[in-house]
Amino acid sequence: MNDFLKGLKSGIPIGLGYLSVSFAFGIMAISLGFEWWQAVLISMTNLTSAGQLAGIGIMINPAQYLEMFLSQLTINVRYSFMSLSLSQKVTPQFTGIKRWIFGFFMTDEIFAVASNENKVSVTFFSGLTVFPYIGWVLGTLLGSVLGNVLPAIIMNALCLAIYGMFVAIVAPKAKESLALLLVAGLSVALSCAFYYLPVLSEISSGLAICICAILAAVFGAVVFPVKEENTNG
Amino acid sequence: MDNKSFFIYLLIMAGSTYLIRAIPFGAMRKKIENKFIRSFLYYIPYTVLSAMTFPAALYATGNIYAAASGLFVAILLAIKGKGLTIVAVAACVTVFVVEIIMTYLI
Repeated sequence: MNDFLKGLKSGIPIGLGYLSVSFAFGIMAISLGFEWWQAVLISMTNLTSAGQLAGIGIMINPAQYLEMFLSQLTINVRYSFMSLSLSQKVTPQFTGIKRWIFGFFMTDEIFAVASNENKVSVTFFSGLTVFPYIGWVLGTLLGSVLGNVLPAIIMNALCLAIYGMFVAIVAPKAKESLALLLVAGLSVALSCAFYYLPVLSEISSGLAICICAILAAVFGAVVFPVKEENTNG
Repeated sequence: MDNKSFFIYLLIMAGSTYLIRAIPFGAMRKKIENKFIRSFLYYIPYTVLSAMTFPAALYATGNIYAAASGLFVAILLAIKGKGLTIVAVAACVTVFVVEIIMTYLI
């Protein structure tokens, strides 16, 4: 039970961050012509920011089912690596159906917080998922119902919340480890190349992120292989 | 859009997203011993988040100076060991303040 409470507590900042990000998603969905219940249903069943954003952009066109499948595959393939990574850290009791249930909640932030732990138990992980899920669904509901009430300047500011959270996850680790700083720096450099250079900038952002992240992580694994205790902690 | 095509889309979207996440988590029972793969898996979350943040975050608020200021404050506070919520809120407040200054005072 203690473990569950610890998980709940660790999930609060993620939930708050999701509240603002999914608020923006709700507004975008409405502006594209979706009903509020459709936006909420999308958030309840997907729980992913980049994938949902790309998804509603595809949904407004008729019958692009293959495009939908391929875009979700590319944008979300990073979750496979995260799931694989976390599968190495869970306690021996975290097996079978529990993994198939809680695999649904593998998001960037939930993964990042969980992988900061030495061992991830079912109780901790289940606690960790509560507030992020509530925040994501509630934010979508609020954004789609009363989004237009907020002035643009506040909406703009809220858009940086999710990135602030990303920074808070990477920066402290990069401060401790020069290797991680260089690997993360390489990923940023590659990402900028995909954003600004001709030809490369034609590639969709979901795919670009995937390529940058894999190249930089391969570089890290070759040049700075981590010692056993590091990968566990 | 009619309800039928909405639900077909929803099924494809939610189904593919779920399977990508759950299959590696549910099916991988063994401990990976390979040092290269272990190192790769250690780095991947940080490289994903780094690539997602830069340079996209600079264009997330509609004002590149405000966004850059927000990110700068976020990095500073994160290095000082502040938690996720404080860093995220501080980044938003910075964007808000910089946008106010640029809109009304300059």
